[in-house]
Amino acid sequence: MSFEPKIVGFLCNWCSYTGADLAGTARIKYAPNIRTVRVMCSGRIEPVFVIKALYEGADGVLIAGCHPGDCHYQEGNYKALRRYKLLKAILPEYGVEPERIRLEWVAASEGDRFAKIVNEFTEQVRKLGPLEIKKSLYESMKDDAVRHEEPIGKNGENLDEA
Amino acid sequence: MKLKLGIYWGAACGGCDVAILDTHEKILDIADKVDIFLWPCAMDFKYDDVKKMKDGYLDAALYSGAIRNSENEEIALLLRRKSKIMIAVGSCAHIGGIPGLANCYTRDEVLKRVYIESESTINEEGIIPEEAWSNDDESLELPRFYNTVKTLDQVVDVDYYLPGCPPVPMQIFSALSLIWNNKLPEKGSIIGAGEKALCDECPRKKDEKRISELKRIHEVIPDSEKCFLEQGIICLGPVTRSGCGARCINSGVACRGCYGPVEDVIDQGTKMISALASVIEAKEETEIERIMDSIPDPLRTFYRFSIPASILRRKKV
Repeated sequence: MSFEPKIVGFLCNWCSYTGADLAGTARIKYAPNIRTVRVMCSGRIEPVFVIKALYEGADGVLIAGCHPGDCHYQEGNYKALRRYKLLKAILPEYGVEPERIRLEWVAASEGDRFAKIVNEFTEQVRKLGPLEIKKSLYESMKDDAVRHEEPIGKNGENLDEA
Repeated sequence: MKLKLGIYWGAACGGCDVAILDTHEKILDIADKVDIFLWPCAMDFKYDDVKKMKDGYLDAALYSGAIRNSENEEIALLLRRKSKIMIAVGSCAHIGGIPGLANCYTRDEVLKRVYIESESTINEEGIIPEEAWSNDDESLELPRFYNTVKTLDQVVDVDYYLPGCPPVPMQIFSALSLIWNNKLPEKGSIIGAGEKALCDECPRKKDEKRISELKRIHEVIPDSEKCFLEQGIICLGPVTRSGCGARCINSGVACRGCYGPVEDVIDQGTKMISALASVIEAKEETEIERIMDSIPDPLRTFYRFSIPASILRRKKV
């Protein structure tokens, strides 16, 4: 079976989710690999959401928010950008390709742009292949085991009586 | 009756054992209340003596150190079986600690670095320790060196955690007194530490945090009264559990996060990323990159003590 990347998308309520909605109402076709999660602001997306998504089986994570200057809460998207940059810096150390996460600005009117980004990102992740963190964790520990387990008597000596 | 206690060190530096002794004159109170049945760091007992005990014979086991090799794991399993309460003492047993940094490498990379590549080593034949060796009728076995460092609760059921690198000595004493006074909290609790972040007990002056430059502690002469983060020095205080009494801060060093994440936070490092990203002022992408690039080793700065307890746990292989 060919590999179909699983992508989690965190979209901000005010611009990007509306943009994605527009892509739908305009009947623009795009890769069905993305599973979207609506959040109130891209500044709400904590790095742990992304890490958890990758750990639980996502092959890529897309974060989308309002264009700089357009944030409904003034500065949430700048916060998202700074978190994204730091997160990208630690991922290679964890052995995860930083290209598996992507931050994009999508306005409410940019349905076609949203579709284009999802298509591009899906292909990018497809090239990287499956992530499979849990499997690799299991593989990395399969030789870590107590080699000689000595039988320990269930009822050993009660030293108080001795 | 005296409390029966087993003390063990896994992959540890011995600092936690020293912290037990550092209870000063209280050590006499401990000696009054406690009989020790295993303490490899300080006293001469044999594993066999413990193996012979009845299950649940010990009242409590204090386990410091991470699980690095099969011996660490074997004794963790043994002590879990032989004692009523299992307490993870210190950062290593709690969240992996400094030995956990090795999770950025594989077992083979670590052995190669230590026995072949290190500058102070002459090993022309490239000998790497083997697990088993035999010659005629003699044979020797070493514990297996693991690929992945684990926390204590990743191999056995842990009842209580006593964080810190090392834990504050008096908190070890108060944890022990909780046992002999029968006042232990709910299972799984952190004892000897607070619930809030270190900032809550930090004596430094805190103002609005807006930073435009990150600096390392040796690059500046830090103000001794102002919050480290406000001075642009990375301090893990906002994401680290309180309880240490701000030992490092009072000595003029920023927090490195040894008490582990605050209550209800799983992943200390990503929380620090959130916190740091929120206080940096820059909005331009290139400016943000310039500031981020000045952090020399982001993963090991944010997760200095907690890689094995983080969600991803180790470098993907």
